[in-house]
Amino acid sequence: MKKLLIYMKGFRKECVLGPLFKLLEASFELLVPLVMAAVIDTGIGNRDRDHIIRMCAVLVGLGIVGLACSLTAQYFAAKASVGFAARLRAALFERIQGLSFSDMDVQGPSTLITRMTSDINQVQNGVNLTLRLLLRSPFVVLGAMVMAFTIDWKAALIFAAVIPLLSAVVFGVMLWTMPRYKQVQGKLDKVLGTTRENLTGVRVVRAFGREESETEGFESENNALTRLQMFVGRVSALMNPMTYILINLGTMVLIWVGALRVDAAVISQGAVVALINYMSQILVELVKLANLIINISKALACANRISGVLDTEPGMSGPSEGGRGDGASVSFENVELTYNGAGGPSLSGISFSAPAGSTVGIIGGTGSGKSSLINLIPRFYDATVGSVRVGGLDVKGWDLEALRGRVGVVPQKAVLFTGTIRENLLWGNEDAAEEELWQALETAQAKEFVSEKPRGLDEPVEQGGRNFSGGQRQRLTIARALVRKPDILILDDSASALDFATDLKLRQAIGRLPNRPTVFIVSQRASSIRHADVIVVLDNGQSVGVGAHDELLESCEVYKEIYGSQFDRGDRK
Amino acid sequence: MKQKASKGTLKRVLRYIRRYSFFVGLSVLLAAASVAATLYIPILTGDAVDHIIGPGNVDFGAVFSILVQIGAIVGLAAMAQWAMSLINNRITYRVVRDIRNEAFKKLQKLPLSYIDSHPAGEIVSRVIADVDQFADGLLMGFTQLFTGAITILGTLGFMLSVNITITLVVLLVTPVSLVVAAFIAKSTYNMFRLQSQVRGEQTGFVEETVGNQKVVKAFGQERRAMERFSEINERLRACSLRAIFFSSITNPSTRFVNSLVYTGVGIVGALSVVGGGLSVGQLTCFLSYANQYTKPFNEISGVVTELQNALACAARVFELIEQEQEVPDNGSARELQRADGAVGIDGVYFSYKPGRRLIEDFSLDVEPGQRVALVGPTGCGKTTVINLLMRFYDVTAGGISVDGTDVRDITRRSLRRNYGMVLQDTWLKNGTVRENIAYSRPEASFEEIEEAARAAHAHSFIKRMPKGYDTVIGEDLGGLSQGQKQLLCIARVMLSLPPMLILDEATSSIDTRTEIRIQKAFAKMMKGRTSFIVAHRLSTIRDADVILVMRDGHIIEQGSHRELLRQGGFYAELYNSQFAST
Repeated sequence: MKKLLIYMKGFRKECVLGPLFKLLEASFELLVPLVMAAVIDTGIGNRDRDHIIRMCAVLVGLGIVGLACSLTAQYFAAKASVGFAARLRAALFERIQGLSFSDMDVQGPSTLITRMTSDINQVQNGVNLTLRLLLRSPFVVLGAMVMAFTIDWKAALIFAAVIPLLSAVVFGVMLWTMPRYKQVQGKLDKVLGTTRENLTGVRVVRAFGREESETEGFESENNALTRLQMFVGRVSALMNPMTYILINLGTMVLIWVGALRVDAAVISQGAVVALINYMSQILVELVKLANLIINISKALACANRISGVLDTEPGMSGPSEGGRGDGASVSFENVELTYNGAGGPSLSGISFSAPAGSTVGIIGGTGSGKSSLINLIPRFYDATVGSVRVGGLDVKGWDLEALRGRVGVVPQKAVLFTGTIRENLLWGNEDAAEEELWQALETAQAKEFVSEKPRGLDEPVEQGGRNFSGGQRQRLTIARALVRKPDILILDDSASALDFATDLKLRQAIGRLPNRPTVFIVSQRASSIRHADVIVVLDNGQSVGVGAHDELLESCEVYKEIYGSQFDRGDRK
Repeated sequence: MKQKASKGTLKRVLRYIRRYSFFVGLSVLLAAASVAATLYIPILTGDAVDHIIGPGNVDFGAVFSILVQIGAIVGLAAMAQWAMSLINNRITYRVVRDIRNEAFKKLQKLPLSYIDSHPAGEIVSRVIADVDQFADGLLMGFTQLFTGAITILGTLGFMLSVNITITLVVLLVTPVSLVVAAFIAKSTYNMFRLQSQVRGEQTGFVEETVGNQKVVKAFGQERRAMERFSEINERLRACSLRAIFFSSITNPSTRFVNSLVYTGVGIVGALSVVGGGLSVGQLTCFLSYANQYTKPFNEISGVVTELQNALACAARVFELIEQEQEVPDNGSARELQRADGAVGIDGVYFSYKPGRRLIEDFSLDVEPGQRVALVGPTGCGKTTVINLLMRFYDVTAGGISVDGTDVRDITRRSLRRNYGMVLQDTWLKNGTVRENIAYSRPEASFEEIEEAARAAHAHSFIKRMPKGYDTVIGEDLGGLSQGQKQLLCIARVMLSLPPMLILDEATSSIDTRTEIRIQKAFAKMMKGRTSFIVAHRLSTIRDADVILVMRDGHIIEQGSHRELLRQGGFYAELYNSQFAST
């Protein structure tokens, strides 16, 4: 939390003035019972109508000044909290932009999104409430007690007894219920999970005719939730009646003691009324304070999570004076990669080299390390051992931006971004001309369906590209990489949603590209890579074969197995 | 129109509450009792103050007996409050439980077309979040509204009984508070709407960017993302400030109006005391009324919005509950015992949306034990055929029969039990491996389960899991590869092994060795069973008795491998592209 306070820096004035004005307002509020006591004792006691009217004018004055103070306080609090949250959000977003791929693996996108959105909102709310109320409520409670003491210290001892008792009840009930509400939330999440599971598996559920047992399962979870809710509800239902009894007991004692003191001529009738008024102010503020503490502790938890993200130092940075390699050859020399926190290496002993303009096929089962391998080329991760060279230069010596600028990556998951087709393609190269965009689309086998769209390149793309089919999205992400006219083109299993015919046309078109990039094709389909110049066969992170198709069929068992499982022996022509 | 809809919703809500009408009545009585007690206490306190006039002028006997009365009433009021909270809890949570159970039951009967056309998240939020909101808002809102109204009426009654002039003062000033609150609420509404709109925009942008941060980085778009973010962030800051500030004006403003009421009562009251029309105790009593009288008004104006919100949520839930359910099995539908597996498809027409024709005049006779391969690019509509076979959807025209009986004359359950289905997007329940395999036949013994797992080549990896067959698995729990999940789904079907099969071959993301196992398991299952296979492997396709070639939802070619190659159509093109060179 402390570290987050630097984002508060520009708001020092607001942070001081906000609570200050709030306290002023509270002080004026505390004066009201005194003024009323004066009305009763002096005004009524002396039958002084002028005094009554004057005192009431004072009350209105106190009200107006109180309103002004309160509005000022609210404004400062809102300004500081909103401004703080905006800065914090910007800082966090910037930090996320700077995270390396391995940092992102640790955090996970959904956590980061939660930090950016609901956590920061929670913190903003907490700051706002803190500035407005944290000082006010204790101030009013203590103030009421102090005022009571100024009236008559003996009668005021009742306050000293009632306040701790009330606090014990209010905070006790809250402390008891808070963790149990968390349990309730947990049970609710379970009910939610069951509902979601039922919906995603609706076909299986119905295929096996298990609707009734699913309903039974749901009902038993739902009933467990209800039981827990009722149990927690029963305890928190105690709070109102108990505080009500306490505060009224206090008042009763106050009246009795007041009667004794008035009889003994220590205080006046008006003073008794004032004491009763102070007693009733306390309860409201204590309940507010307890709620406030819950909110603040939630906000603090969020703040800690946020500073956890802010604290991650970007794990990778380019060299201060990065160089540029020559050409588009790629070579791996005895490369090993171990992810942060992983038990063993995900890749080891990888060596091969691909001359500029060649095609490299990478094949292997899931988890065999195919994506890990290609992620080393644009230096998304750093090799733990060995070196990856592009254009003869180790990627660690490259200027990072220049390196990534030369590589066009088509990721496994075909994601597009909200905007238009054109905007998405321009990600590859902001300065690309209209004609170049169409060329890229043509190579990616996407020209036909884009030109059929009513607005062509300016056809809107919805979030995640959901208004396009899987195959269309894949082809658009390929086009996006091609717009860059990359020296190295990486297709990470990016044709999985394409039929064989389109896949073939795509590979042929890429082979005809005028700038002849070095192409990496990652695939599980033997047909997609069998014509590559070099094929790297991966099994469990090890390269078990490097060579051309015919060589591998002779020498590599794993390759033979994969090929055999996808092609019938009799079909091999 | 809108009014009408919410009236209908209200009626339905009342229907749920009706079964708790005794408790609702009791709750109302208790609320009235506790409000009356709360209101009566200031009068007693005032009386007591009137007996404490000055030195030597204190009537201790009277004060004591008043204190005893106060004590008794406080005790009763506290009991009433407690009982009321308990009853309200009971009503709220039970109604929520009932509605959720009913909604879930409904989900089991909804036609697939509804579930397919609504994102799971949306339906889930109706069953969970909307029901919660509804419960909180409606029932809590109801009690607040009710106690608020009683408090106002009660206060007025008590005040009138004590002094008419001062009551009139209070009545005159109160509307100011309402006007102020309404004005602020109205003007902040727009600001809040703007805020949530901009916030939504920002969340969308963050989800998209951060969710795909690796792509953003791969294309070096960090700086542009930051620019766009800052622009939205600045807009959000500006409109949040306005929204938060203006909404936080409400409390101080109404407090100010309250203090005006308080002062008004003070002046008129004190002057009346001087004039002899009122005692000091009565003035005290009025002052405390003035303090609590305006509160319900502020609460009520808040409650109204909450109630509207709750009704909107309830309407969404009821929309789901009252959705038309799947056409029930027809009255004379019979149970299909173990079928021989002859499937007749006769002149079938089908489309998901009227006007968008998909399958037209499709006929096919499948003899028991035959294999039908469905072939075509991803998204070509192969699942449509599965939907019709399993009767997840009904044909638009024509008919499908099993063993000569039209499927519409067979109960859905018995029809579906005759099919074993293994889909590519595997679904497993949250539960143990054993429970998941036994999903097809819950009464199966452990030996049978193990045997099914062996037959599906799943036994060996299950044994290696931390708790073997008792390891808990599920959608969101990791630990299983896609291929292993599919093997478990196969084991699930192995256990019941129905006479007809629907299988979906994996396209990608399964490692070679697992895939070989899956193939073996498939082959074992298909022996002697009518099977429909969504096929990607050439060998499966070539061995099929009939190949259905699909494209864009239509069945475009139909025949054996040889016949189709001879036709030289789309199938031939697909087939040859595998072997052409780059």
